[in-house]
Amino acid sequence: MGGQVERWQYLNPGKTFAETLNISHETLLYVEGVSVTFDGFRALNDLSFYVDTGELRCVIGPNGAGKTTMMDVITGKTRPDKGMVYFGQTIDLLELDEPAVARAGIGRKFQKPTVFEHHSVLENLELAMAGDKGVFATLFARLSGPQRDRIDEVLGIIGLNELAGREAGALSHGQKQWLEIGMLLMQDPLLLLVDEPVAGMTHQEMDRTAELLRSLAGRHTVVVVEHDMDFVRSIANKVTVLHQGSVLAEGRMEEVQADARVIEVYLGA
Amino acid sequence: MRLSQLLAKDPGGQIMLSVLLVVTLAVPILNLAVPEGDALHVSTYAVTLLGKYLTYALLAVAVDLVWGYLGILSLGHAAFFALGGYGMGMYLMRQIGSRGVYGDPVLPDFMVFLNWKELPWFWWGFDQFWFAMLMVVLIPGLLALVFGWLAFRSRVTGVYLSIITQALTYALMLAFFRNEMGFGGNNGLTDFKDLLGFNLQADGTRIGLFVASALALASGYLACRAVVTSRLGRVAVAIRDAEGRARFIGYRVEHIKLAIFTFSAVLAGIAGALYVPQVGIINPGEFSPLNSIEVVIWVAVGGRATLYGAVLGAVLVNYGKTYLTGAMPDAWLFALGGLFVLVTLFLPRGAAGLLGKGRAV
Repeated sequence: MGGQVERWQYLNPGKTFAETLNISHETLLYVEGVSVTFDGFRALNDLSFYVDTGELRCVIGPNGAGKTTMMDVITGKTRPDKGMVYFGQTIDLLELDEPAVARAGIGRKFQKPTVFEHHSVLENLELAMAGDKGVFATLFARLSGPQRDRIDEVLGIIGLNELAGREAGALSHGQKQWLEIGMLLMQDPLLLLVDEPVAGMTHQEMDRTAELLRSLAGRHTVVVVEHDMDFVRSIANKVTVLHQGSVLAEGRMEEVQADARVIEVYLGA
Repeated sequence: MRLSQLLAKDPGGQIMLSVLLVVTLAVPILNLAVPEGDALHVSTYAVTLLGKYLTYALLAVAVDLVWGYLGILSLGHAAFFALGGYGMGMYLMRQIGSRGVYGDPVLPDFMVFLNWKELPWFWWGFDQFWFAMLMVVLIPGLLALVFGWLAFRSRVTGVYLSIITQALTYALMLAFFRNEMGFGGNNGLTDFKDLLGFNLQADGTRIGLFVASALALASGYLACRAVVTSRLGRVAVAIRDAEGRARFIGYRVEHIKLAIFTFSAVLAGIAGALYVPQVGIINPGEFSPLNSIEVVIWVAVGGRATLYGAVLGAVLVNYGKTYLTGAMPDAWLFALGGLFVLVTLFLPRGAAGLLGKGRAV
């Protein structure tokens, strides 16, 4: 790891990544010409994709279109063969590993809801909270009043106030999904990457999730990968359709649905 | 952090430490003040046996910290224990002075026997107690640091990590078996005379070592409680249960693993250093892979991720071992294997699960 951002940080140890972020051009995330190959299979093929600040973007596409791989590249889990990924104008995400990407202000929700099952809801949120996550800092960490307030606030947003003391493993599937979104919020991220938030949810839960994600847009930038077309229709202003590792179409939901190629590869199926 | 906070939600630990306190106070009195032949007399042999169990218990606590709370199944922790033991053993060898069989004032007997003319550099300083104790902490700690750094950075986890910890202790065993290594080869280090000027055969010294072991166990236990009740401890459990999630919310998983693993190795080293003067010998057999596996069985029997369960398991299993190897020497390994199978099948939370409702995270 190295590069401009790191060096600059060294001179200004008080600053977080998020404070060094330059989004003077409205665009928060740049993914340009990214290709990823797994054993000869092109998961991403010269993918270019841009997300504006405060946007709520949905990414759809058939299985194997590269949706999850794209998230892996953005969050430092997978290194692309070529291409570039920038967060704002200055932060080269390809130089960072997962914890550094998280500290830079990008939160990720996994496809399968992943919470810490043996910790209470409250502890889950506490662990996710933004702040110094070094070994000694965590050894001596205590919850301060404002931090406790912040946890209460997020508990309210995700609607789990009553369940704060419950072990996360005992939550329902939908509640786990919300808790995971709550954990992302505790990180104070600028960008939320949300992978299939409504998979396995009831209609009621789906409605609440849609409401939750809509309420987050604006303050945060949200990218949602989803299969469920009804759900996408209910939340998205702008939709990106991926196919065979690159962008097939992009635009408003109605435009995309009317696109002949999209109908052929995905919606028509 | 205050004691009451550390033990607030740990009834098992409160009981364990209370029992330990009573035993530590009673045993010296029953050994020294009650005359031999009296029904209440505790023999010096029993004192030493108990002291040995306590050092095993400290080793088990160290293993429970990394296995129970961090999810690293270390099958090589006996290596850190043995290294701590060798550190103490080297000090005790230097204390023999000219009282050895060959009467060399500087060289231990085995070096004279190998026809060595001078003390190898890595034996320098071990005539000083403080230096030897420093090495007891530093050598296991450094090995854990280097080993852990390589393993965790490469994201080796699960059964693969367990296998390389086995390889680590096995490799050390083979190395220490060689005479040229300069640690007494096959025979190891033995024939110790005294520690800080106290005769190792004296009842008072035995009592002192027993009390020191009890103190080390209690401090080690409380230190581990301090770790697991802190946010760092919750992060450790988070890593155990969902490592990827922990990474993606911004924790440097390898740093946290490395810190706790190294701390655990240091505890194991201290346990080994207290073990050696009580049993009177340290040899490469202590590095045997089987030893490390036995420790894991103690923890499983006692109940993992409880810490006090590790103490309970270590004492129970070793008492069983002492009894069975006396009564039916051939049956011990079958009993141990059978115990492990039974516990895994019927008591996944170990003996601690039978006793308490206390939450094992």
